[in-house]
Amino acid sequence: MPRKVDYDLCMSCGGCVGVCPFLALTLEHGIKLIVDEERCTDCGSCTSFCPVGAIKEA
Amino acid sequence: MKDAYDVVVVGAGPGGSNTARVAAEHGLEVLLLEKRPEIGAPKRCGEGFSVNGAKTLGIKPDPRWTINEIWGANIVAPNGKRVSVRYEKQVGWVIERKMFDKLLAIEAARAGAEVLAKSEVVGLVMQDGFVRGVEVERHGERLTVEAKIVVAADGVESKVARWAGIDSTQRLVDIDSAYQYEMVVDLEEPDMLDLYFGNDIAPRGYVWVFPKGKDVANVGIGIGGNVSTKTAKQYLDEWIAKHEPFNEGRIIEVNAGGVPVGAPLEKLVANGLMVVGDAAHQVNAIHGGGVFEASFAGQLAGRVAAEAIERGDVSEAMLMKYDREWRAARGEILHRIYKLRRAIEQLSDQDLNYLAEQLTGEDVVAFANGERLGKLAKILMKRPHLIKAAKELM
Ligand SMILES: Cc1cc2nc3c(=O)[nH]c(=O)nc-3n(C[C@H](O)[C@H](O)[C@H](O)COP(=O)(O)OP(=O)(O)OC[C@H]3O[C@@H](n4cnc5c(N)ncnc54)[C@H](O)[C@@H]3O)c2cc1C
Ligand code: SF4
Ligand code: SF4
Repeated sequence: MPRKVDYDLCMSCGGCVGVCPFLALTLEHGIKLIVDEERCTDCGSCTSFCPVGAIKEA
Repeated sequence: MKDAYDVVVVGAGPGGSNTARVAAEHGLEVLLLEKRPEIGAPKRCGEGFSVNGAKTLGIKPDPRWTINEIWGANIVAPNGKRVSVRYEKQVGWVIERKMFDKLLAIEAARAGAEVLAKSEVVGLVMQDGFVRGVEVERHGERLTVEAKIVVAADGVESKVARWAGIDSTQRLVDIDSAYQYEMVVDLEEPDMLDLYFGNDIAPRGYVWVFPKGKDVANVGIGIGGNVSTKTAKQYLDEWIAKHEPFNEGRIIEVNAGGVPVGAPLEKLVANGLMVVGDAAHQVNAIHGGGVFEASFAGQLAGRVAAEAIERGDVSEAMLMKYDREWRAARGEILHRIYKLRRAIEQLSDQDLNYLAEQLTGEDVVAFANGERLGKLAKILMKRPHLIKAAKELM
């Protein structure tokens, strides 16, 4: 299952985008974090990194 | 925006804007693209910047961003012992990053670069093993722009290099997870940076207080990307709750971010591509500072781009000149600093307390610049369980 973003928490910092080994994340216009469900392998790296805990298991 | 440029720079941080300015000053046609609506905002930065750094870069201090002078630092060990250094002259500033970044982009524009905010690069044009341009999304339209050279200055997200086959993924062991409040709070020493260490306070990192004036400060934290199930925010909130006067600070801004603290990329170029700044992991792995490093690399990349285009050769072999010159000037030092980080992260709180007894503030600042590491190794050698860490330093 691909990861889900909690938009109430996300700070749009972009760190998780750099961490994702599968290029599954995009920070659109520098603002909205999008998960590419086809690419996400549920590896959890983004969740581990996120400074505010905004990426959750689905 | 035209259909074709000599150089397209992706990202208007300090890395991208310096690249664009220098390339434009050499007479190239340059396009600088930034996906965010406002350059420099929101900041992802503690805003520390050194006087020497500005001098080396030839950046003239401007009162619009040099908002607070810094003369030294207090380093606080886990047991509370303070190791301080105050220099005879000013050594740095806490800057207003939003203004700093914006002015760098303005300088690029004045030099002749075309600058476009709210314009997102969503893919590369590849042909015969060369990067030949970018796909841009702007006002809901998707356009193709040709470029002889594309510069990936897209910061910690570092996707552009990966599209071109350079693995710039930020590995969890080599990125710090950072969180910060800018707050109004009465400060005791507004001209000193405060750094708090301890594995309970900030595993593999530190808490910082960077004053922006007598009663405003960036109070932030960086922790290892993979060291805890607790978030950077949780660690910082716990620290603040226990520390006066910060627990009564009034929060005027909240920031988050990732700081690449690994070794720089093994290769900074490909055919038609150069990678600059955070995207290339060009950051001081000890203190996490990257504004100087990105700017320095950007200026070098701009010069090499001009030379390559004048010669009509944008191959990887030609662009390697940037890679080689950068490694000679900064790469070796940053690599040494990276090894120091790997050694320090093995230290327990007891070890850190022990170090605080043995070291002066000057030592600590020297270490953060990759100097006096022999002295540190000798001190570590005196503790049998740290011999391994000491050897890694040598
Ligand atoms: C919390 C924190 C504190 C820090 N404190 C300090 C400090 O005190 N001192 C210091 O020197 N450094 C500090 N740093 C590090 C410093 O902020 C970075 O090293 C520096 O910003 C790197 O510059 P850059 O130009 O490489 O990238 P950035 O400044 O990140 O710029 C990259 C730009 O590219 C844009 N971009 C990304 N993808 C695209 C795309 N596809 N299309 C168009 N645009 C794109 C982004 O929106 C961004 O504006 C800190 C970092 C953090 C997170
Ligand atoms: S790391 Fe967290 S806060 Fe930053 S963009 Fe990703 S989800 Fe949002
Ligand atoms: S879970 Fe792994 S693959 Fe999925 S978005 Fe996060 S880092 Fe990428």
